[in-house]
Formats: sequence, structure tokens, C-alpha cells
Amino acid sequence: MKEQLQKDFDNTIKNLSLSQKDIEIKKFFLDSFVNRGFPNRKEEDWKFSDLSQIIKKNIGELSFYNDYTSTNKVDTSVFVDGLEHNKIVFINGRIEKIDFDYEKKNQIEIIDQSETIDRFNNNNSLSDLNNAFTNKSFKVVIKKGYQLAKPLIIYHTTNSNIWSKNINLRLNFELDKDSSLRLIDLFNDTSEKNFLNIFYNFDLKENAILKNYKVDRFESKNIKYSYNNIEQKKNSTSETFILSSGSNFFKNEINTNLKGEYSSAFVNGIFSLNKDKHHEIRTTINHLTENTKSYQLIKSVLEDGSKAAYQGKIFVNSEAQKTDGYQLSKAILLDETTEFNAKPELEIYADDVKCSHGSASGSLNENSIFYLMTRGLNYKEAKELLINGFLLDVIEKITDREIKNLIKNMIGVKE
Amino acid sequence: MREKEIEKLKDYKYGFSTDIENIKAPKGLNEDVIKFISNIKKEPEWMLNFRLKAFERFKQLKEPDWQKPKYPKIDYQDLYYYSAPKSMDDKPKNLDELDPKLLETYKKLGIPLQEQKRLNGIAVDAVFDSVSVATTFREELTKHGIIFCPISEAIQNHPELVKKYLGSVIPITDHFFATLNSAVFTDGSFAYIPEGVRCPMELSTYFRINASNTGQFERTLIIADKGSYVSYLEGCTAPMRDENQLHAANVELIALDDAEIKYSTVQNWYPGDKDGKGGIYNFVTKRGLCKGKNSKISWTQVETGSAITWKYPSCILKGDNSVGEFYSIAITNNHQKADTGTKMIHLGKNTKSKIISKGISAGFSDMTYRGLVDISSKADNSNNYTQCDSLLMGNKCGAHTVPYIKNKNSESNIAHEATTSKISEDQLHYCQQRGLSAEEAVGLIVNGFCKEVLQQLPMEFAVEAQKLVGISLEGSVG
Repeated sequence: MKEQLQKDFDNTIKNLSLSQKDIEIKKFFLDSFVNRGFPNRKEEDWKFSDLSQIIKKNIGELSFYNDYTSTNKVDTSVFVDGLEHNKIVFINGRIEKIDFDYEKKNQIEIIDQSETIDRFNNNNSLSDLNNAFTNKSFKVVIKKGYQLAKPLIIYHTTNSNIWSKNINLRLNFELDKDSSLRLIDLFNDTSEKNFLNIFYNFDLKENAILKNYKVDRFESKNIKYSYNNIEQKKNSTSETFILSSGSNFFKNEINTNLKGEYSSAFVNGIFSLNKDKHHEIRTTINHLTENTKSYQLIKSVLEDGSKAAYQGKIFVNSEAQKTDGYQLSKAILLDETTEFNAKPELEIYADDVKCSHGSASGSLNENSIFYLMTRGLNYKEAKELLINGFLLDVIEKITDREIKNLIKNMIGVKE
Repeated sequence: MREKEIEKLKDYKYGFSTDIENIKAPKGLNEDVIKFISNIKKEPEWMLNFRLKAFERFKQLKEPDWQKPKYPKIDYQDLYYYSAPKSMDDKPKNLDELDPKLLETYKKLGIPLQEQKRLNGIAVDAVFDSVSVATTFREELTKHGIIFCPISEAIQNHPELVKKYLGSVIPITDHFFATLNSAVFTDGSFAYIPEGVRCPMELSTYFRINASNTGQFERTLIIADKGSYVSYLEGCTAPMRDENQLHAANVELIALDDAEIKYSTVQNWYPGDKDGKGGIYNFVTKRGLCKGKNSKISWTQVETGSAITWKYPSCILKGDNSVGEFYSIAITNNHQKADTGTKMIHLGKNTKSKIISKGISAGFSDMTYRGLVDISSKADNSNNYTQCDSLLMGNKCGAHTVPYIKNKNSESNIAHEATTSKISEDQLHYCQQRGLSAEEAVGLIVNGFCKEVLQQLPMEFAVEAQKLVGISLEGSVG
């Protein structure tokens, strides 16, 4: 892999107009990645999902160079119907379209940051890989007091032109005071056997509101890793919802730093898996000052050889008195071949706090099924109704009505 | 006046050491030392081979470093691996022949070796620096066919049992400290309860660490044969020392069909002074194997001592319908650190486990609950319930919960709950209003918080433990 990396790296650099200093930085990250390799189960955070093995098994040899000189045709048929929205379209990792037609032009600024490399550190080698290979990175700034009229959908599309490739994406968002953004990450990839490595950074200033929805609904053989870092100032709110369902492997990481008083973070997620899929969500909520709040709810329905893992951590430092942290994960294992692993973690250094977590996993409640069947439903209907109700609980946590309905329709959950 | 009293109480109640000449193995860890230990114990060859095999393995192992409480590097070549009270050379036949100083030590500790033994009905196998000094009540136990003796004697007299079960739960290829123990263990307790026998009394051992710079390596092996029952108590206090002392014991429990073992610990080793100087490193491996059908192993622990406590009493639920339980209270004050919890490994069908863990941290201390619940794909219809609650006093201490939950069986259920909070002002106010001092109020509330676990202890221990809870938290309020 080492020669491949070096060769692909040289090719990537050739196509970019970088200063000598930036090349040095990228080289540094490349070397770091070469040393560390893909994360494996020996690393605590990857205990439940050995990425190194998963890549070996599903992809084999990866290549890291992508030719971004030619454009791809944007296929408009993939766009979401019935919801007016702004768009950023990635095709095979190349930004093809940035479109904020519904918004006031001077309120949103898009800065090309490709030539200034800011380091992204999340303590695993994938950030090194991302730092070394990202070719373009943009920063989206929402100006003070501006609230986007329509949601922004980021389309992650791949087509059959690529195979066994590693794609590295990087976006930064800055939400200035009193601004708000609704964001949907929509994965819609038709290619196979690629590894997507996505890093987002969100900077929320005072009173800013971020609604961050990640929808991995469509069947795909790709392997994905997404890391979101959310920095929150006073009174800001972030709401993250993850629908983890379509890809062969997907690991979502959410890292939130509650730095301002009265800031709050919500993370909700659904694993709905079948066919030997393996997904993971890992959250870290750092309560760093007084009066902050976090709430997490993760529910899983697993069948047919699938495997889900949830690692959630609430960290409260000694200044963060009056913290309110809550975390709950529940899983239904529908058959013998499935597996659910959880590691709900509390690390607390302040005494005046209210923190709790709960985790439960098991089978569908036979009593409930019996009850429904005595009311005239057949076994299948009863099972569906119960699962429906189980998942609806999480979807109801979505505060944006339009998007809630969109997601409900997508996974066919009825009210 | 009051302040003075508190000052006195804060100091370790059991801090003293006796001057008894010790036989020591030369400092350091090598094959010769292991042969020396084996030789002085007059061990058969298979035992020496067991030790040497473990030592071979030990040389390849790396000291683990994933635990939360970090400690300065231990120089394993700078420790003594064997020391014994000299008066042991001519074995005393009864208590009167014992070194009076030794008796005095026990008296200070309040071990019921003489007068209290009949009243309490406890057979005490007191371990003083690695060698068992006296074993009482042996005749009565013998009547029931129960073997309860130092493990070194068991190696001589019951080699077939020791050979069969020693290392069967904690193999010599286990982790760093367990393997070290397998190589150099000096003594410990051995108990065998024959088929269908209900042990008529609580078996109990007190461990003491005495000679300075002696890592103590105890080995306990308890076997409950088919349909038998035994309750075993282990209590520890240690003299005050400035240097950190390593304690790496191994405890193996084996329960065959329909047998039940109840293992209770009150651990009150020297925790270091209020600035965190000194104190015992308590790195113990405790593991129980529910080997037979319908067997049950229950761990109860009250951990108030030691500078660092690092242990996970575990149950391997191999037999169908077997049950594992873990009840724990861990209290850390001043600069104490604890990383403790349990592992419940469900292998058989219809296995059940229950974990109740209460952690209290005060002062500058740090407390971690780390646990594993693993239900394998063959363990149909298994259940686990886990509850771990933490109580924090002050914002200089920490309380952490790190559970690992693995479910590979769709017919099994796992439920886990954890909370962290502080003592509510309302409760404190209520108690103080009725005339309790702040300290008494905290003691009362904490005892209530721990009640679920304290109830699991045998009577004799429950009283001691309740007092300990109060003593451990002194000076943490205000």
C-alpha cells in the first residue's frame, strides 16, 4: 500500500497549485498515515469495527488518486422531489455544483480554502488521510442573523466511472450569531467498492442553530466514514439525526464541544440494517462549561447477518456544573445472525450534574405480538407495526417538520 | 478538640507493622527465585514446571496501560518475591505457641482468631505475609469432608485436585499480572466442598501485607462440587507504608452442577496518606467459572482501601441455567483511584447475570466502572441486568462509566442503566435539621445509597462494611 500511496500522492499534488509549505504539510500527513495505516481493532475507538479488515475484505487494493480535471454531468433525476432546497453536488468526490438560489446572495459566502490547509485532528489516521489527499475544500459562511429559507442538501453521488477508489471530502461551515442552517447529507451512490472519507467542521457562534441530518438510505456497496466536529458557543443548538441503513459499512462520528453556556446538543439515530451490513455510530459530547445540555437517542433494528455498534461518550469537565446529559440506546435483534454492541461511556469530573445512560437490546416482545394478533393482525403485520412504533420514536425527535416528513416517507414509517 | 479527633480518624486506623524477622528470597525476578520459592515450599516437580512455564510466558508479556489510573512504573526486579515469618520454621501446633507479637497484630486488627471464633463460628485461615499461620476449625470441616487449607498444603496433600483445577479458570497464558502471579505465588487458600455438602460456616481469610517492599502474590482456589454450597469471606487491612506495595492475587472459583459459591470481600488496605503518598496497588484477578448446570457464583465487594484498585471479578457462565452476580461498592477519597467492575460472559443457555455497582468518589479521587456483558450466539434465552450508579462529592473528583455491551443472540435481553449525581441538598438539609452533623448525614445517605449491595454481605461483614463506608468518607464533607 505504501508505494501506491506515494505514487497517488505525487499525482494528486501535480494537479494542485500548492505552495511549497502546503506541500510539506500534506507530506507530513501522508507520512503519518503511512505509519499508522487504516485503523484496526487494536485501537479502542475501532474495537467494534476493524476498518483495516473491512477494506481488505470488501475492496482489496485501494487507490488514492482521483482525476478531477474533467467534469461530470449532473444527473438531475437524483434530486429530491417535493422539497425546495439549495444544493451542493459531489460526484465522485468532485464538487460539480454549488447552488444557493433560494437565498439572499450577500448573506452566504463560499470561500475556497483549497490552498490554505487547516489541520483537522481527530486522533485517528483517517484525518491524516483526509488532510493529505483532499484537493478542494470550501467554507460556507452564514452571515450574522441570517436564517436560510430552504434547507441545503449535499448530494454524495458516485457513478460507475470509479472503482476501488478512496475519496476524501472536506467542508467547513461557519454559522455566525443568530443564524441558522438546515442541512441534509444525502448519500446516493451507484458505484461499488469505494471508500468515502468525509470530514465536516461546524462552527456555531452565539444563538446559532444547526440542524444536521444524515441520510444513508440507498443500497450501496461502498464503505463510508464521516466525521463531524461541532463547536458551539453560548446559547447555540445543534441537532443531528443519522439514518444509517444503505451502505455496506458506515461509521458516523459526531464530536461536539459545548463551549458556551446554555448550549445544547441533540444526537438521534436509527440503524435499520439487513444483508450483512455493518454500521457504527460514535458520539462524543464534551460538556466544557456550566449549564449545557445533551440528549442522545439511538435505536436499531437488525436482521439478516447485520451488525451495529454504538459508542457514545459524555464527558463533563470540572467547570461544567449543572450539566444535563442523557443517552439511551435500544436495539431489536430480529434473528440469530445479528449482533449489537454498545459502549455507552460517562466521564465526569463535576459533582452538580445529572447524567445518565441506558442501553437495552433484545428480541421483539412476544407478548406485544400476541396482543396484536388477538386483535386480528397476522404475525407479519404485528411485527411491522411494532418496529414502526419503535423507530417512530426517534423520527419524532426531528424538529423540522418538512424534513421529518421527507425522512418518514423515505423509510416508509407511518404515523 | 473536634478537629483533633477528625485528624486522628483520618489517619489509617490499622496502620502499624510488627517486627518479625523475615526469611526473604533474594531481590528480583528470575528462574532462581522461582526455584527458591518452589523449593522452600517443598513443591512437587509439576508445580515447579507450572511456575516456570508461567514465567516463560511472562517474559513475553507487556504491562497493560489501558487502565484509567496511571501509576509510576514498577521495577519488578526491585521487589522481594518471598518472605515468611521466621517463627514458621518450627510450625506451632496450637495458638499459644504462636509468636506473641503476631497475636498482638491480629488483636489490633480484631480478627476473631481465639475468643471470637467460637462465637462467630468462623474458621479463620489467617495469612500473615504469604504463609498461613494457623488454621482453625479444621476438624469440624473435615467431618463434612470439606478441605480448607493453605494452598501450599493442598499441593502436597491433594495434588489431584490442585492439578486438575489450578489454572483452569485463569490460565498461565492470561494477562500480565495473572501470569506473574502464576509464576511466583507464595501461598493462599484452598477450599474444596464435596458433592452435596452445604458448608456449615462461612470460610474466611484475612490477608495482611507486612514486610516492606514485598509484593504479595496470593493464590486462592475454591472448588464447589456438585450440589454443594459455600460462602467465603475475604478481608484485608495492611500496615502503613510509604512505598507503594504491589498486590497481584489470583482467585479462581469453580462451581460444578447445582453448586453455589458466594465470595465476599471487604478490602481496606492502606490507601496512602491524604496527599496520595504511599498506599497499596491492588491489581487482582478474580474469575469464577460456572462449569456445571444450574450453578451460581456471586461476587460481593466493598472496596474502600488501596491507592489504586484495579480488578474485575468475573463470571464465565458456561453451564446451562447458570447464574452470575456482582454486587460492588467502591469508595475513593483523597487521591485514591479505582478502576473496577465485572465481566459476565454468557456461554450456556438460559444463563442470567446481574450487576449492581455503586461508586462514590470524594476529594481528588477518580473512580471508573468498567464492565463487559457478552452474550454469545449459543446462549439462547439469556438475561443480563446492569445498574451502575455513581455519587460525586466535590468537583475535584471524577466518576466514569465504561460498559461494553455485546449481544449476539436475538433471544437474549440486556438492560443497562447508569446514573451519576451528587447528594441532594434537600436530603442533607433534612438530616441536619434533625440533629445530625453534616458528616453523619452524608454517612447515612451513602449507606442508603449502598444498601442494595450491603444487604448481600454476610452478617459479620455487613456491620464492618457499614462502619467502613462511614470511615472512608470522613473529611470529605465541608
